[in-house]
Amino acid sequence: MTDPEIRIAGSERLIVSSSPHFHSGASVGNIMLLVILTLLPACLAAVYHFGLPAFRVLALCMLFCVGGEAFFSKCMKKPLEINDFSALLTGLLLGMNLPPGTPSWICLVGSLIAIGIGKMVYGGIGYNPFNPALVGRAALLVSFPQVMNTWQTPGLDAMSSATPLQELGLLQQNALAGDGAALREFLQNIPYRDYLLGKMGGSLGETCALALILGGLVLIALRIIRWQIPVFMLATVAACSALAWLAKPDLYAPPQFHLLSGGLLLGAFFMASDPVTSPMSRLGATIFAIGCGLIISAIRLWGNYPEGVSFAILIMNALTPLLDRATAGKPFGAQKKVVKNA
Amino acid sequence: MSKIFRFYGGIHPQDAKLASHRPILAAPLLEKYTVPLQMHIGAPAKSLVQKGQKVLRGQLLAEPGSYVSAAIHSPVSGVIKEQSSCLSVSGTQWPALIIESDGEDQSQEPMPAISDWQEADPALLLKRVAEAGIVGKGGAAFPTHVKLAPPEGKSIDTLIINGVECEPGLSADHRLMLEKPEEIITGALIVARILKAKNIYLGIENNKPDALKLMRDKAAHSALQPRGLKVRYPQGAEKQLVYALTKRKVPSGGLPMDVGCVVQNVATVYAIYEAVLKGKPLYERVTTVTGDPVVNPGNFLLRIGSSYADALQLAGGLKEEAAKIISGGPMMGIAVYSLDIPVTKNCSGLMFLSSSQLSQFQSKACIRCARCNDACPMQLMPSILSTQIENERFELAETWNVLDCIECGCCAYVCPAKRPLVQHMRRAKTEVIAKRQSEAAKKTS
Ligand code: SF4
Ligand code: SF4
Repeated sequence: MTDPEIRIAGSERLIVSSSPHFHSGASVGNIMLLVILTLLPACLAAVYHFGLPAFRVLALCMLFCVGGEAFFSKCMKKPLEINDFSALLTGLLLGMNLPPGTPSWICLVGSLIAIGIGKMVYGGIGYNPFNPALVGRAALLVSFPQVMNTWQTPGLDAMSSATPLQELGLLQQNALAGDGAALREFLQNIPYRDYLLGKMGGSLGETCALALILGGLVLIALRIIRWQIPVFMLATVAACSALAWLAKPDLYAPPQFHLLSGGLLLGAFFMASDPVTSPMSRLGATIFAIGCGLIISAIRLWGNYPEGVSFAILIMNALTPLLDRATAGKPFGAQKKVVKNA
Repeated sequence: MSKIFRFYGGIHPQDAKLASHRPILAAPLLEKYTVPLQMHIGAPAKSLVQKGQKVLRGQLLAEPGSYVSAAIHSPVSGVIKEQSSCLSVSGTQWPALIIESDGEDQSQEPMPAISDWQEADPALLLKRVAEAGIVGKGGAAFPTHVKLAPPEGKSIDTLIINGVECEPGLSADHRLMLEKPEEIITGALIVARILKAKNIYLGIENNKPDALKLMRDKAAHSALQPRGLKVRYPQGAEKQLVYALTKRKVPSGGLPMDVGCVVQNVATVYAIYEAVLKGKPLYERVTTVTGDPVVNPGNFLLRIGSSYADALQLAGGLKEEAAKIISGGPMMGIAVYSLDIPVTKNCSGLMFLSSSQLSQFQSKACIRCARCNDACPMQLMPSILSTQIENERFELAETWNVLDCIECGCCAYVCPAKRPLVQHMRRAKTEVIAKRQSEAAKKTS
């Protein structure tokens, strides 16, 4: 019989740690990697439609974000955590939120803002209140509106054009000023098929609706994101735009137009759903999503900006701690809901 | 019955039941047994023997130190070699009696069997449970005679026998149900008589269909109702089991008796059967010895006071280096650093893990994925609690019900950031309880 003592690691090597001694194997790195993978179809669509320039923007943003995180970690003397792929994901999302022809230096500025101001100043992954990629995008949008509003329509080589939402906004203004013919024409001939496949102007990642929906469904199926967020966010936008459209079909676009255009799908499936910056409870996530949907609808229907997805998400990000507290459920067997202090 | 019984949250860890098909093997006689005097919750037992005294198997060695305490009996015939101490599972020292076997294994005259238990006075049965030194064999080792005597005003209508054994790897209870089904049923009926409980359920997870079927067949004409439960950890936790079977919610901070239930483990009711019908005190138990590095994982009938090393010998030793030794199961068991620890009345298993089975627990910041919240069977928010506790805001953790945590480990199991959530909860619970005690002390003084 084997002498048991022989095969036991020396007591200095025997591990004595707290239970549980099994782990599911889930890791932050795996989660981030999965999100990146589910974004790939949309990226491929972008590169297909816009060609190498799209690839350049995406690659540069990823490079700058990862490099930026390494740089800031070093400055702040924090352990390097780029192997959790979260900086890579931030870079990819930032790139997908930029126009195809974005100059490299804008990519650099955006990446450094996203990682530096969006994430590292708060202490790195997990502590940031706002979605870093959206912080980067919003900063660029405010600082360099010119560059950030130069759009291309796929296929028409590097010719600048408007996004469908911009076009709609413009035509609506004309219509309100008395010239509604062009708007009627536009509304009657919305090319939904092109939108689904990505043949429209917009940020790199906004265009191919099918790819985004596919990726988003995978994330829901794998329970990486809370399904309430995309579902209620899209439903709210659909409901609001449907109401407006039913009231004034000559002036407003139908809900399917709003669902497929702009950054809504990308935002709903991949940005609002970011676990770090959205509420944890189901109820909280639902309220958060409806809030996002309402703000987007308000901006789109009545605002001066053609698009409101990033700002809507950022605003709701700010409300997340509040929602978390307000929607904390009651523990098993608790008589009544306990008052939770901050 | 096709209805599925389940509770909130929970996880589905790997099964790792390497020994479920191994029949219970009685251990051969050893030369030396180290019997701890404090292997139960409550006061240590008071030794009644002297150094050099000769004792018989089953002889009372130590009497309960108070009401909440348990009697301890000799596992063997031999001589008390020493009154000293031994290493405990948690790394502290326990007072213990060292007994040298005389190789005869002579039993003392058993207590008289109460064969008319169906008519016997419940108080007499309860007394026997206490005399036999029975404690909860599934986990906490709480003295059973105390649990079976609910305070005035608490009426118990439901007895739940816990045959869930939801800890991965362990199979001692499973084997006991397969090999001693009638004894378990009788034991359960005895307990029901003590409690005057009307409903008697036996909860078994659906991953033990053989045990479920056998118990159903054997219990067909008795008051005991075996119930199949959906496989989900921690089904065997008392509050979860009570809810799954009765849909009654044990109130926060309360006990199953607050909703008219008492939960007993199958191994405990088996011990009660032996005490009542065989007059045999609790001095041996079935323990699973398992894990990938173990040569022959199995279930062994071990005398209390055998060492972990003896138990491992029975399982053929190790075929590869073990990097972790767990007393109990992998979800709630305690990692130990020595095999020189005695088998106690509540030692349901020993698990050995190789280094490849250990995950690297390099913990990171919470990414707020809420998996822990969803997995928590007590519906707490481990994510928020753990951040509060990291910032040492224990009073806050108290208002977020940290005391309700049952330390099941579901949260830490699912956490992708590999946060030490259970340690955090334990730390806060200790702090909160200490604070409450000092406040109570202030009030009385
Ligand atoms: S907080 Fe406690 S009860 Fe909840 S899952 Fe974690 S260990 Fe279990
Ligand atoms: S599972 Fe871990 S990372 Fe996710 S919310 Fe809970 S503590 Fe945070």
